[in-house]
Amino acid sequence: MLQGITSEAFILGCSAIGAGLAMIAGIGPGIGQGNAAGQGAAAVGRQPEAQGDITRTMLLGQAVAETTGIYGLVIAIILLFVRPLLTAYLNLGL
Amino acid sequence: MFEITLNLFGRQIYIPESIVNVYIVVILLLILAAIANRKVKEADPNEKPSGFLNVIEMAVETVENLVKQTMGEKQAWFGPFIFALMAFLLVANLFGLLGFTPPTSDYSVTLTLALVTFTLTQFYGVKNNGIGGYLKGFLEPLPFLLPLNVLGELANPISLSFRLFGNILSGVIIMSLIYNALGFIAPIITPPLHAYFDLFSGVLQTFIFSMLTMIFIGGNFDD
Repeated sequence: MLQGITSEAFILGCSAIGAGLAMIAGIGPGIGQGNAAGQGAAAVGRQPEAQGDITRTMLLGQAVAETTGIYGLVIAIILLFVRPLLTAYLNLGL
Repeated sequence: MFEITLNLFGRQIYIPESIVNVYIVVILLLILAAIANRKVKEADPNEKPSGFLNVIEMAVETVENLVKQTMGEKQAWFGPFIFALMAFLLVANLFGLLGFTPPTSDYSVTLTLALVTFTLTQFYGVKNNGIGGYLKGFLEPLPFLLPLNVLGELANPISLSFRLFGNILSGVIIMSLIYNALGFIAPIITPPLHAYFDLFSGVLQTFIFSMLTMIFIGGNFDD
């Protein structure tokens, strides 16, 4: 093992890095939701009388597009707060 | 604020705060429903509805119109279910504003709600198409897509529950990080963040959850 670093601390640090990397998943939904909002704005500009329907459809589509980002977030939260890797290491009983 | 540890038959049962808050929300809604029920019974139909009754009527009408628009005229009888779902989710999501843990930041709560939607979807799928038509729906458009169709159906409750859970929990975590980082000057900075994470996010997720519920269930009806 690295000098002066306990195995537990190493696992916790790597979990934190993993949580950060998992949040890269936020890029996709960001682009997708922005795209949907832009198209929605264009649609309202073309047809202002259908604003209610357009907004509803846009929000629904954005919520579905957000799903992948939420999966990344859930993995990050599990790595940070549930710490499954540390538990697995302690269960090894090395 | 409240955690309960029960001692049952020599076993410790731990009930976390969020589950206790579910009961608080349900009791609040029951009291509201009882008051509304009494007001409706006492109301004089020849006069204009006043104050509280007006608000209740507006809310019921809005939800009923939304159900009719999304699921079709004939499925208007889903209105009470959707209204109950919306009322529970709205109060639960906005509970964070009062300093409580929002019940929806617990995965068991959101998974339960998503499983209700999932069960209803499958039930009406079987009821309206017959068991043969329901099973045949998995073989469309091509028979070898069966595993994909089954997985796609199973993914619905998972994505539905994680969407609500993730949104509310991320708000709770970010708010607690900010409160811890800023200390005593936090109350100056946090109100706009509360407006976004609790108010905007909570209301939007309520709308989206009930909207998706309506679309999933309504997809099994012909008209």
